[in-house]
Amino acid sequence: MTPKNTEPLLRVENLRVEVPSRRGALTAVDDVSFDIAPGEVLGVVGESGAGKSLTGAAIIGLLEPPLRIAGGSITLSGRRIDTLPYEAMRRVRGKEIGVIFQDPLTSLNPLHTVGHQLVETVRTHLDMGSVEARGRALSLLGEVGIAAAEERIDHYPHQFSGGMRQRVVIALAIAASPRLIIADEPTTALDVSVQAQIIALLKRLGRDHGTAIMLVTHDMGVIAETAHRVAVMYAGRIVEIGSVRKIIDRPSHPYTAGLMASIPRTSGPRGRLQQIDGTMPRLNAIPEGCPFNPRCPKRLSRCRHDRPDLIPSGDADVACWLYLPVSEPTHA
Amino acid sequence: MPDDTILEVNDLQHHFDVSPPALDRVLRGKGRVAVKALDGVSFSIRRGENFSLVGESGCGKTTVARCIVGLYRPSAGNIVFDGVDIGRLKQRNAMSRVRRRMQMVFQDPYASLNPRWRVRKIVAEPLVTHRLVTDKAELRTRVGELLEQVRLSPADGDKFPHEFSGGQRQRISIARALAAHPDLLVCDEPTSALDVSVQAQILNLMKDLQRRLGLTYLFISHNLAVIYQISDRVGVMYLGRLVEVATADQLFSTPRHPYTQLLLETIPRLDPPDGSSGEREPVAGEVPNPIHPPPGCAFHPRCPLANDRCRNERPSLLIADDAFVACHAVHEGRLSSRLAEPHSPARCD
Amino acid sequence: MSELTASGTPASVPERPQRWMRFVDSDLLWSFSRSPVTMVAAVIALVIIGAALLTPLIAPQDPYDLASLSLLDATAPPAWLKDGSWNYPLGTDNQGRDVLSAVLYGTRLSLLLGCSAVILSFLLGVTLGLIAGWRGGIVDALIMRVADVQLSFPAILIALLIDGVVRSVLPRQVQTEISLYVTVLAIALSYWVHFARTVRGSTMVERNKEYIQAARVIGVHPARIVVGHLLPNVVGPILVIATINLATAILTEATLSFLGVGLPPTEPSLGTLIRIGNDYLLSGDWWISIFPGIALALLILSVNLLGDWLRDAFNPKLR
Repeated sequence: MTPKNTEPLLRVENLRVEVPSRRGALTAVDDVSFDIAPGEVLGVVGESGAGKSLTGAAIIGLLEPPLRIAGGSITLSGRRIDTLPYEAMRRVRGKEIGVIFQDPLTSLNPLHTVGHQLVETVRTHLDMGSVEARGRALSLLGEVGIAAAEERIDHYPHQFSGGMRQRVVIALAIAASPRLIIADEPTTALDVSVQAQIIALLKRLGRDHGTAIMLVTHDMGVIAETAHRVAVMYAGRIVEIGSVRKIIDRPSHPYTAGLMASIPRTSGPRGRLQQIDGTMPRLNAIPEGCPFNPRCPKRLSRCRHDRPDLIPSGDADVACWLYLPVSEPTHA
Repeated sequence: MPDDTILEVNDLQHHFDVSPPALDRVLRGKGRVAVKALDGVSFSIRRGENFSLVGESGCGKTTVARCIVGLYRPSAGNIVFDGVDIGRLKQRNAMSRVRRRMQMVFQDPYASLNPRWRVRKIVAEPLVTHRLVTDKAELRTRVGELLEQVRLSPADGDKFPHEFSGGQRQRISIARALAAHPDLLVCDEPTSALDVSVQAQILNLMKDLQRRLGLTYLFISHNLAVIYQISDRVGVMYLGRLVEVATADQLFSTPRHPYTQLLLETIPRLDPPDGSSGEREPVAGEVPNPIHPPPGCAFHPRCPLANDRCRNERPSLLIADDAFVACHAVHEGRLSSRLAEPHSPARCD
Repeated sequence: MSELTASGTPASVPERPQRWMRFVDSDLLWSFSRSPVTMVAAVIALVIIGAALLTPLIAPQDPYDLASLSLLDATAPPAWLKDGSWNYPLGTDNQGRDVLSAVLYGTRLSLLLGCSAVILSFLLGVTLGLIAGWRGGIVDALIMRVADVQLSFPAILIALLIDGVVRSVLPRQVQTEISLYVTVLAIALSYWVHFARTVRGSTMVERNKEYIQAARVIGVHPARIVVGHLLPNVVGPILVIATINLATAILTEATLSFLGVGLPPTEPSLGTLIRIGNDYLLSGDWWISIFPGIALALLILSVNLLGDWLRDAFNPKLR
């Protein structure tokens, strides 16, 4: 159920996030552009330090100083939000963009009951009286699959199990019916059996309410089960973006291909795993040219000097010189 | 015990004391509270084998590892390593000789190396501690060899841990564990803190080393795909008990215990299962609080096959074909009909 | 399969930089160079410490040598005032002692005393803190309750207490001789708690880290684990406390001496000098106490500023 080609809900163009250091600014997110359509689930994958979480944080205006947006624009339904002042952005967050973080404990206030926090959030963003807001809180808890909501609404976060807490966080995120949810590793802290429950819940939200979801995770399995499209990030840049089956079954970029091949599976042969030698460069040592070139098995000579841009190639956008209409077949 | 058994764990128990402080207990009349992190775990590992323990958080798999390497003292049961009951060893010397032959690789490569020591000193520590190498030049050579063994360069010995990435640190950790020529390597989630492409490097390295050095692994992980790739035999744990032991091939093709089935059904897959659109209804419920485990079979509240016997009588690990399963339903043959239709997910609401 | 080294570095690794180069390149030095206040403080501290070390060589007069004193020159004002003489640049006190020399010798003594007290309390506190944090249980409870009791008495009170006991037990002659040691002990006893608490806290955190467990699995002797692994990792924040405690210790010594229970007038520290001068303040001979006072203030301020900088430099969150 890939969404129709409509006006994008979120448009990120040439986003650049920098962190100042004693040896000049380091670029953590470099020239990242993508769209999310209403009702679409966009998966953003990459290894730790690839810039995927920072991209999410930049969109919701929660970059931790000294990190800052150094260029580009973020547009939500036609309105620029990266230039909004803090207070206005705070209203956008929650009302128009819901946020789900990895650790449910850090997103919930341990001193207040779950109901209090839900009512608070509902009343901040929607024009509701306290009775009405409590009714909405109850229906939200029911919606995220918490049984006996009337009883559970007056419990404190520590009285919930890990999976139930993450459900509460999701209820908070959808309290004001936002059109976009940014979920940063929402299932990483959970056990597998609970993970599956949360994935199912996120998918249902997208389907029932047309909520778009930007799902940031390092777990390709979660992406495969949830996302419509996938953006693969490496060293702060998107190296490939396309439909989920295309990325998983027929990856174009050598990094995507290596990443997919290195994922252990639970069936098939059990010999050696495919591996990508070396490690992702640190921010202060991103190589010239294509950032992946020192590890790339298909490196061309120009990869060492020219940085490839993300350009359409077949059914995906790829940032790789191998997929240029006119390519140089000179292997290095 | 057959000759090729290197490690035997018999009815291992470990209880954590989670009682309130002594004064509170007296003032409020509360008793001691213990969590049975391990409640009677038995298994054995053959020489040269890769035995894995898998389970969700709180199932006790890490506790088993820590009891074996001596970080925790078991509350009951015994651990027999190469014919020697470790619990009986009183003298430091005898203990130290056994310790040398069992080493551990830890989960967090950022915490398992002393940040103020150079890599050379870290890797040399077992050699120095057990006085295996006393000559300085020889020590240097040996550390260089160890680093090369894990595909680092001898010159890396002069650096500090923070100069390395997570995967490289895990290599250093493996080099240290290998320094004293151990027979058994206990690996506690060695790749769960690593990115997937680096995880593949480490798993491949561990496989190579096992083949080359004839090592025996006890491998702990919550990641079923990793377990499938690396193990010969697998033990599945739930709430401090082993529920199923089988070869990896058997376990992943024909899981017997309902909990194993649940685990296998819920892992997110890259490829959509045949005949369905990738939509699978997940199983409800979570692992219960280990302070008050359910009576009988600990899994019965989530089990679709639970009956009165499951709720009251704890199943023991019995031989079913050539594997071990602790499940009344399997032993009574109630499960056989389910095995015929592998795609009916276990449900309980 | 590639046989590349996993570090991704070419086989010929460049020679590792010399220690000195690493120091010049370090973040510590960088943060130092970015803080002018710290640099000024460091210069002042260095000048004071240098002067204290070289006192016997640079002081115009030996204030302990009673033969060199002349009552005729008593209470001479500083050189730039009327009746002042360049023989005594900062004037003289009531006994004809050169104030500049007295201040130099006093600073030397104060620094010596402060350092000894801090080192002693450091050793005591770190040892007890390590034991408490490592062993836990009843040992920990015992040590920390003693520390709690200790903390509820102000340092001055403890020092006065010890001083009182010494005075009532020992003859006067011995008292003067050992007053230096008594003062050091009194200060050390009141400051070990800071060290012990911090060390215990970080020991309990580090104890559960995997590198300590790794050492245990290897079979390293517990004493070696504590000294070789634990100590180097808990000592960083302690050095910051030590610097700040040095300032406090010097100040406490000055207070004790000012109150008359510290060092005797025959061996004047800065505090003693201020006390002596205090009697003459109202009669217009201000220089006798003001100059030791300025020396004390500069010393404390520079040491404190250095301590603050160290704390910030070691704390990555504030950087």
